[in-house]
Amino acid sequence: MLIEIDDLSVTFGKGRDAVQAVRGVSFAVPARESYGIVGESGSGKSTILRAICGMAPVTGGAIRIDGQVLPKRRSLAFSRRIQMVFQDPYASLHPKRSVDATLAEPLAIHRMAGRDERVVRAMQDVGLDPRFRFRFPHQLSGGQRQRVVIARALMLEPEILLLDEPTSALDASVQAEVLNLLSRLREERALTYLMVSHDLAVIDHMCDRLAVMKDGRVVEELDRAALAGGGAREPYTQALFKASEHETT
Amino acid sequence: MSLLEVENLRVAFDTESGPVEAVRGISFGVDRERVAIVGESGSGKSVTGRSILRLVRPPGRVEADTMRFDGQDLLALSERRMRAIRGQRIAMVMQDPKFALNPVMTIGDQMTEGLRHRERMGRRKATAKAIDMLAAVQIRDGARVMRAYPHEMSGGMGQRVMIAMMLIPDPDLLIADEPTSALDVTVQAEVLAILDDLVKERGMGLIFISHDLRLVSRFCDRVLVMYLGQIVERLDARDLDAAQHPYTRGLLNCLPSIGGERGALPVLQREASWAE
Repeated sequence: MLIEIDDLSVTFGKGRDAVQAVRGVSFAVPARESYGIVGESGSGKSTILRAICGMAPVTGGAIRIDGQVLPKRRSLAFSRRIQMVFQDPYASLHPKRSVDATLAEPLAIHRMAGRDERVVRAMQDVGLDPRFRFRFPHQLSGGQRQRVVIARALMLEPEILLLDEPTSALDASVQAEVLNLLSRLREERALTYLMVSHDLAVIDHMCDRLAVMKDGRVVEELDRAALAGGGAREPYTQALFKASEHETT
Repeated sequence: MSLLEVENLRVAFDTESGPVEAVRGISFGVDRERVAIVGESGSGKSVTGRSILRLVRPPGRVEADTMRFDGQDLLALSERRMRAIRGQRIAMVMQDPKFALNPVMTIGDQMTEGLRHRERMGRRKATAKAIDMLAAVQIRDGARVMRAYPHEMSGGMGQRVMIAMMLIPDPDLLIADEPTSALDVTVQAEVLAILDDLVKERGMGLIFISHDLRLVSRFCDRVLVMYLGQIVERLDARDLDAAQHPYTRGLLNCLPSIGGERGALPVLQREASWAE
């Protein structure tokens, strides 16, 4: 297994005000799989991704990548293997940096050469017109910004992408383009995806297997066929499925 | 005579780089029925909703050949007379209760504000009415909610409070601008069911503004599809699958669905002709 989440717990705050965002969650993702986590607000799904990146206070359990438990502080090597694509393209790009500067930043941090070619190639890979290279985020549409965010995540050629609601902030037609892009990239680069969303249709489309979360716990784990075939066993999963009914074929 | 009649509505915003035409000549009518206005960002749907309530201020310019509510010409009314219509006869529910509710007033104060000022109702009577209205949106511990502040409530509660607040004066027409977009999908279903009951019970007209074509087709009677400031298609909700316009079809087809094909999603190819 490439990613193993083993009885993970994340708690914010202390004592009376403590919030248990993640409670004893376990699942495993083999290499090259696309695994989805679906749940509503407050279910803890995004917190799991942050915990993997070292951005959330883990209070129990372990996270293993390729069999190795992750150390307390994430190393540079970690960033070369795992990258995150955030939800809001308006918030995750520095407003005063051009596309070129944003894409070159990871290369500079990791002292990688070939800035020019790499930036040009990254833009091509995500379908961004080269004339946007020196534009600023406010001069790009939502879909274009999200492509920059994806390009940035791929600059270091990681194996794993953590995707936190990558298309929630986008219009339906733009969402389709970005989802297609993500599917193509995964295939071309043999990537492993761990994708979080509240949208069951998006998860069904993009993922092979998924976990349904509620209140910090995994309620049920199922594969795509089971989901579409109405094979959900837990009442909460069924309720979620029913509420998303307008999204079924 | 329809409840609301709009003919050739045009809304433009004067900016430094020239006028931006948000709405480019649309005409429609709403009776005591549920009409959806659907479109993506930039379609002009929200601006249309605000124009009806004359909430578009300069540098926005609203013009129409006709904009009549219950026989009254909305564009000709003075601001004072428009205020009597806004809230009382035409109400608006907005997307995110975190931003639409006053963060420094308790729910109770906000809900009773209109009654106490406009109808000069006593505090106790107004509070009782507000609690009744909260019960109508299935908030059982109304007294506690009345004492709470907006930030202390979940999205679903906040939205129900907003609906309750807007329905206290018993308006004839409700404009709901993406009322469930900020809500989780199971909460969305609950809130829509509540809205559905209230609209039917009170015989109100409803304009439901949304980007979610499939959702409105289940909830509304008629659908108007907007693209770049114009209405490109009008259909009965149940005929959505028989939509003709390539933009509507494209929008329907590009959505992923549970149990759908795994291959690439069909992508909308925008034609310049749709903008004419």
